[in-house]
Parts: sequence; C-alpha cells; structure tokens
Amino acid sequence: MNSGSTYITGSCIIRQNKVFLNGALLWEADPALELAGFLRAGYDHFSGQYPKFHKMDALSKLGWLAAEVLLKDTAIHLLAPEQTGMVLSNRSSSLDTDLRYYATVKEFASPGLFVYTLPNIVMGEISIRHGFKGENTFFVSDIFDTDLMSAYPAQLLAETPLQACICGWVEVMDQQYEAALFLVENKQRDNGIPLTAAALSSLYQQK
Amino acid sequence: MADLKAQIIEQLNLQEVAPDSIGNDQPLFTKEGLGLDSIDALELIVLLQQHYNIRIANPDEGPKIFHSVRTMATYITENQTIKA
Repeated sequence: MNSGSTYITGSCIIRQNKVFLNGALLWEADPALELAGFLRAGYDHFSGQYPKFHKMDALSKLGWLAAEVLLKDTAIHLLAPEQTGMVLSNRSSSLDTDLRYYATVKEFASPGLFVYTLPNIVMGEISIRHGFKGENTFFVSDIFDTDLMSAYPAQLLAETPLQACICGWVEVMDQQYEAALFLVENKQRDNGIPLTAAALSSLYQQK
Repeated sequence: MADLKAQIIEQLNLQEVAPDSIGNDQPLFTKEGLGLDSIDALELIVLLQQHYNIRIANPDEGPKIFHSVRTMATYITENQTIKA
C-alpha cells in the first residue's frame, strides 16, 4: 500500500567499506579493514563522543552508524519522540552475536554480549541515540523485501501518529555486512521521491 | 589498582577511558562518576570470577563492593583465593 503522500527523503548505504548518503559516496575507508576496524573508523569519522558505541555488537554498530549518517543533516529531531518509528530487516537476525555469545558460555557467559542476542536491539540503540519513541518492528527475511519495506512504513505513516520512519536493511554475519537505511516521511522535501518498492529497489542497488 | 583499572576498561569495553582518568575513589555507578549501568555490574561480577576466582556470595554486598576501584580492590584483597 502506498497512499501517494509518503516520500523517501534520505538514504544511507554502507557496504564494502564505503558510505553513501543520498546516492553520493560520502566516505571510503581502507578496503583492507575488517568489519570491526571499519566500524571504529566510521565512528571516529562521523561521530565520536558516544562511548556506548564500543559496547555494542557489530549489528548495532552498523545500524547506529548508518542512522548517524542518514540523519545528520535532517530535521527529524524537530519531531516529537513518538512521531519517528523504525522498520528494519535482515537475513541473519542476530546470529553473528548469538554465536559469539555461545562461545563465551563455555567458560564465563558474557552479560554484555547477551543483551545483543536479539536483532531488534539495533533499533533500541538508534532510538536511545536520537530519542525516538515511535513504533518499531524488525523482520527477518532472505532478501531485502522492498514490497514490505514500502507498504508497511507507508501504512504506519498513514494510520498512526508517526510522521517519519526509518526503514531498511541491516545485515551482519561474520565479515559480511550491509546497511541500507531510508528515511521516509509524510512531507515532501528537496530531492524526495515517492515511496514505492521500485524506488527502494533502485536506491538499494546503487553502487 | 592500576591493573584492576585496566581490567575494568577491557571487560567493559571502555575504549575512550584512560586508566589514569579513573580515580581510586570515583563512584563507578553514578553519572558524576564512571556512569556504569546494570549490565556493567554483571560484567564486573564476571571479572572478579574470571581474574580472581571470587564469587560474590551475598548479592546485597554488590553496591558496597562495586562502589569504586578502591572498594573493589579491598574486596579482592580480602577474598582472593588461589585460582585452580
């Protein structure tokens, strides 16, 4: 479903140690960096001053970093906390962290890892950072389902108090990772395009 | 206490905290102090077990034991046993 009044007003794609904002390459790290090093370099480059970042698992760090870039020049912080929601998805759920946690159970189970053994925790970290208190949902699917990711946020924006929704894909499994976050809003803004599955697919596939 | 500070930093992933910046008597769990949370408290319990073979028998003692690096060090000194 698309009411015709919902727009994609921003995008952030992170893959292959490159960060794209609204279709343009914004920053590129050393391609030889492994995921942990890349995420730390991204944190240092785009943010800093948020020590809790270092406690997060890789999935939360990746989603947090993508949200940091996506939202940095937007007016989303002018909305009430309850007016921004999130709908994210991925393929591997929290399996990467689940396995790391399981490895610690043999000796001393890590409380710090345990709290990240659910994929939706990434949305909690983003919400804490930006003060969002709107509805959020996390889906697990084999591929980035652009039909679902266009229809469900559009429905939320049409039928709930949400005025903005961050939707997309945040995937981490071992060294394989990819984030594609989109800001969708009820308001048309500069360079905003109508929210459709085809538009999401086009933005997601950009190199 | 310098070793303990380094262990706390490693256990809690406090990557932007220098050991020297943690005062011996600085409260660990207040905003004015190190600002640790409940998950950090669990990690500190694991630290005592992992590094010093100490299990806290009475959870009610937690706030007193984990008040500061000095109170932790005192508790370790009084309760440490030889690790098997």
